[in-house]
Amino acid sequence: MLCQGIKFLTLTAAQQQQTQQRGMATLKSISIRLKSVKNIQKITQSMKMVSAAKYNRAERDLKQAKPLGQGSKIFYEQAEVTPVEGDTNKLMVAVTSDRGLCGAVHTGISRNIRDTLLANASERENTKIVCIGEKSRAILQRLFAKNILFVATEVGRKPPTFNDAAKITIELMNSGYSFGSGKIIFNRFRSVVSYVIDELPLYSKQSVTSASKISLYDSLDNDVIQSYLEFSLASMLFYSMKEGACSEQSSRMTAMDNASKNAGEMIDSLTLTFNRTRQAVITRELIEIISGAAALE
Amino acid sequence: MATISRILRSFLKNVHLQKRFYADAPPNENQMKLTFAGANKVFYDNVIVKQVDVPSFSGSFGVLPKHVPCLAVLKPGVVTVFEEKGDVKKIFVSSGTITINQDSTIQVLAEEAHPIEALDKSACRDLLNKAQDQLSRASSEKDKAEAEIALEVTKALEQAAL
Repeated sequence: MLCQGIKFLTLTAAQQQQTQQRGMATLKSISIRLKSVKNIQKITQSMKMVSAAKYNRAERDLKQAKPLGQGSKIFYEQAEVTPVEGDTNKLMVAVTSDRGLCGAVHTGISRNIRDTLLANASERENTKIVCIGEKSRAILQRLFAKNILFVATEVGRKPPTFNDAAKITIELMNSGYSFGSGKIIFNRFRSVVSYVIDELPLYSKQSVTSASKISLYDSLDNDVIQSYLEFSLASMLFYSMKEGACSEQSSRMTAMDNASKNAGEMIDSLTLTFNRTRQAVITRELIEIISGAAALE
Repeated sequence: MATISRILRSFLKNVHLQKRFYADAPPNENQMKLTFAGANKVFYDNVIVKQVDVPSFSGSFGVLPKHVPCLAVLKPGVVTVFEEKGDVKKIFVSSGTITINQDSTIQVLAEEAHPIEALDKSACRDLLNKAQDQLSRASSEKDKAEAEIALEVTKALEQAAL
């Protein structure tokens, strides 16, 4: 019992010493944290500036690319192309990029794919995924590693070009995977603060040739349809990549703006604690000096 | 009572049927809407035009309103657009597609498109020489095919340049 009491006493003493030491140490650690938060704020602020500039360009580019994407979709609507029945092979193209720190742009796309695939076991079996950008790969690989057909990397550093889209198209053609139907999933840009997940349909040659209104179209041969499909796939990819890039930049801009704001709040509260602690330390030192002097008298 | 209401209803139905509405402006069958976009630039976005001449792999052809629906693949060459006001615009395209739909809308989508005023003859000739050089040095099948395409495009480019 006594032993325990002594132990308890020493323990509290040690604790007191610790808090005393911590009082000094806190000042130091607070100033370190303050400095690091200030640095983070600087970084987020400059990132916001950069993405604002990139966003401006992306939006300008998007305006030019819009008719291209919309135009290539019109034929499928006019000819009433529908997926071939019986061909269960599907393709999903996730349009994301390599870069993070942009809100839920990439996770939204990946979640959309994940939900569709998890909802239906047979689709999970027959669907292949093409990931454009590392981010979608990182998320989808955990669950659907064997569904991923290929991954396009180095996306997002520079604005997407038609060549990038053409490369992906060529890779898709060369992969040898034949799909009955498919879709490109991308973020459609609406305004600086909003984007929605949208889809563009993809069709195989067979579904185009068996479309209900295809007989209206004149002078069709195999080569023409094949080239037409390849080109329209490339232009739809190009358009969706442009939309994705624009949404990503705008979303990054908002995210970085928020981060700067939060960092500012943190800086305020840290400064307050810092000053308070400093004051406390000074007061304590004064008390120590005065009481020391008083003890000598 | 029932008969009265029945008569009344049939009467009302007639009234309803006879009621006329203003029709929407009839879609002009003789108009043709063109969407012409390159990956780099948009030239026309649903603009009414008189005629479009396009070079395609199945031969060059002109498109007038009420053209039969058609799909075609663009060949490197000059697309000529006759605008509604009578202006004629010539635009060089490298490759792409043409879609002519039933509702007289046309989509000309090109990989790369530039007005021919923007082309420089001597620069085009340089490119042509370079392409010829490339073809003569090409060894593998793939290189050869690429060089042939480059040659075809630059030839068309050289011809198109003023």
